[in-house]
Amino acid sequence: MATTSIFPGESPDIQTRLALADDALILGHRTSEWTGHAPLLEEELALANIALDLIGQARALYQAAGELTGHSEDELAFLRDPAAFRNALIVELPNGDFAFTIARLFFVSVASDRRWRAGFDDPALSAVAEKAMKETAYHIRHAAEWLIRLGDGTGESHRRAQEAVDALWPYTGEITDNRAAWLQAVAPVLIRATLQQPKDSWMQSGGRDGRHTEHLGHLLAEMQILPRTFPGARW
Amino acid sequence: MPEPTTTLWEVFIRARNGLSHRHAGSVHAADAEMALQAARDVYTRRGEGLSIWVVPSAAIVASDPSDKDSLFEPTGSKIYRHPTFYEVPEDVGNM
Repeated sequence: MATTSIFPGESPDIQTRLALADDALILGHRTSEWTGHAPLLEEELALANIALDLIGQARALYQAAGELTGHSEDELAFLRDPAAFRNALIVELPNGDFAFTIARLFFVSVASDRRWRAGFDDPALSAVAEKAMKETAYHIRHAAEWLIRLGDGTGESHRRAQEAVDALWPYTGEITDNRAAWLQAVAPVLIRATLQQPKDSWMQSGGRDGRHTEHLGHLLAEMQILPRTFPGARW
Repeated sequence: MPEPTTTLWEVFIRARNGLSHRHAGSVHAADAEMALQAARDVYTRRGEGLSIWVVPSAAIVASDPSDKDSLFEPTGSKIYRHPTFYEVPEDVGNM
């Protein structure tokens, strides 16, 4: 039995809240996929903690979006089709190797940090930002320190970190409105990591308009199958 | 699995102001900063801590368990070292 999909409204306020919420949920889901696969126990817990932080942020943001659309946080997470998601493409990409996961977490967290600290006119979002910025500050610290060690580590870890940075770079245009500020925060870490900063050229986009990679559909299929198959299922 | 060369660190957490750091466990990490983060992520997930120390396990000098008799046994017969021979006045309250 399939559950009918919902289509929240197109107003800018709703779209803004959903974009923030979807970024947090999808990156949180991707990060949670490391559970049981992390390179060492300590990192397993670190990634699980970060995933939980992000999903917690997503819940608060979906509640804020729900105030405008009348939907519950579960409905917004589980009953929308890929085209109704507003997350940036970078968060839906598969985890790749550990270097890719860490480089992405770093790039996205720096963008989130800028956004939380820039503040919002919308009081519902300001309340979320207040709490989220402390969590995000730790995500940056964790990801940056790992990126520095991977880049400035062994020949193999350097190669993998550089490949991750190069592969992710075209997806970083969508996560920030102020690229100069984002680059200013990212560049010193890349230098310490002995990694080459790629040249800015053509950037991927489309996530904010609901045009996603094929990866989001697979992610949502796995994430949504239970609530869609058994509506209202409880633990 | 961590590499066999990954350093082991002992973790000490201070729960609240005024209490001392207590041994919480150990973590594997390549260096001090990562050990601090690992300790935070493994041992303070439920609001346990306000301060963390990490110490390389190799830096700890431990007593030899076989010295137990000579180090600790002799104190067993010296009950006068316990402060139980004094009357504590009521006004003092909890000591």
